[in-house]
Amino acid sequence: MGTGSGKLKTVSLNLPVTTEDLKDIEIGTVVYLNGVVYTAREGVYKKVIQDGEQLPAHLHEISNANFHCSPAATRHADGTYTIGAMTGTASFRFSKWLEDWFRISKAKIIMGKGGMSSKDYKKYFVPNGAICLTTVGYGTGALLGRGIKGIRDVHWYDELGVAQAMWMVEVENFGPFIADSDLEGNSLFERENAKIREGVDKLYEGTKEPALHRYGETGDRGDEVI
Amino acid sequence: MIPMSVVKETALTLMDKAAIEIPDDYLAGLKKAAEAEDGDLSSFVLHAMLENYEAAKEDRRAMCADTGVPRWYVKMGNEATLEGGPVALEEALRGATAEATDGVPLRPNRVHPLWRTDHNNNVGLNAPEIEYSFEPGGDWIDLTTVHKGGLFGTDYRMLFPGDGIEGIKRFYLDCLMAFGKRGLACQPAIIGVGLGGSKDICSVLGKQAACLRTVGDRNPDPRTAELELELMELGNSIGMGAMGFVGKSMVIDCHIECGYTHTGGMPMSVHAFCLSSRRAVARVHGDGRVEYRTDPNWFTPYMRRETVGWEPEAESLRQSV
Repeated sequence: MGTGSGKLKTVSLNLPVTTEDLKDIEIGTVVYLNGVVYTAREGVYKKVIQDGEQLPAHLHEISNANFHCSPAATRHADGTYTIGAMTGTASFRFSKWLEDWFRISKAKIIMGKGGMSSKDYKKYFVPNGAICLTTVGYGTGALLGRGIKGIRDVHWYDELGVAQAMWMVEVENFGPFIADSDLEGNSLFERENAKIREGVDKLYEGTKEPALHRYGETGDRGDEVI
Repeated sequence: MIPMSVVKETALTLMDKAAIEIPDDYLAGLKKAAEAEDGDLSSFVLHAMLENYEAAKEDRRAMCADTGVPRWYVKMGNEATLEGGPVALEEALRGATAEATDGVPLRPNRVHPLWRTDHNNNVGLNAPEIEYSFEPGGDWIDLTTVHKGGLFGTDYRMLFPGDGIEGIKRFYLDCLMAFGKRGLACQPAIIGVGLGGSKDICSVLGKQAACLRTVGDRNPDPRTAELELELMELGNSIGMGAMGFVGKSMVIDCHIECGYTHTGGMPMSVHAFCLSSRRAVARVHGDGRVEYRTDPNWFTPYMRRETVGWEPEAESLRQSV
């Protein structure tokens, strides 16, 4: 288990989890997972939500932890697989699929890079009794790789490729992750951003606005940017 | 003549080293940052990263599973000759990239931008990039591979001379603020700043400044060196640390590279080489000997020359002033 977590609360969860299991998780809690996790990102979301393809049978009874991730993996000639390392990818991009995804997958934990917004948490996570974990670093890929005990199954490998396929991975002491959200939909990142915001005006003191502006700095395309 | 089989074999080893072994200069910089960091969460993250580098080396597994978009930098001594010529060289580097993707393994990140076609080997249209530079004398070839992430932490802007240093600082802070939140830039990072050139060269210089100079290295122009240190300190005074948590470790080092530009402009690019600053270097000599290192030594006095011809005496005088 990760050293250096000294001052931070640390929790180990067995998958699949119930909402009850998540009630003691506060934002900023360090989390390790045991059981089966699966990867699903835009490729799988499109297949299942847009194209209506079926998820593997009884998925949520096997795992309800969805990792926004692609493994560094190889398929061998005999059909077996090796995963070297695993690292999350930025979760905020997947917000538009979440409402349907929670309904279809019955997921309770979403893991990825950098969490999502508290608006998304309140809208999609809280009603489903789910939380969001972020990977640490980023890129504790080797530590997460050590937590992998086996590959239970791989779905849609040929159609979606290594990066987008649905990998079902058996894990033990898989982590560290940090809880970005709790069951009330608070966000650790937003709390930290607010603290950093306090110093921003002083930080920018004396710097100079550029002579040439850009669209994006004004939302009105009727404006000139000079 | 440099045997192509040695080039290919060396390139394969470099792919492996880059993905697995954190370079010593970055590691030392991060250890220093970890000692200085007093934010609880930021500090936890830095210690987890230090542990991760050890795990990667012990197990020989990639330190980060987003193994970036592998690319190559080739520097050729003026006297070097390659068996099979430059076409064979490019085939060897593309081949090593593909084989290492399966062998290490790396994540096959490279896809067609529109059709998302994935050859599952990090090779495709204009991928991997291969950039070249040359050096007077020497019968060797230096191969550097860099596996930089490709999504966040980079931006370009056309500034003007009137924007001045204060304008440069503002755009620099904008980039760190925009990509530092939630740690999208995977900081603490080596920040590379490109100033001048045209848009393309401005981006190239900034990226090379981030990826091809080591932590602690200073630009030979004293005023540019001073600005590097000033920008590093500015980045670390945001109040933001690893993952965008409250802290003070944002920038491990800042490198600036300049190129002569249009008299009316001051284009600027910013690049962040992340917590997994993956680079590995080898020199293959004419007699087939191979020496591995982690400093690309890309920006030589010859690379930074200002004169028409190569006048080493004049350059060493200028750069020592």
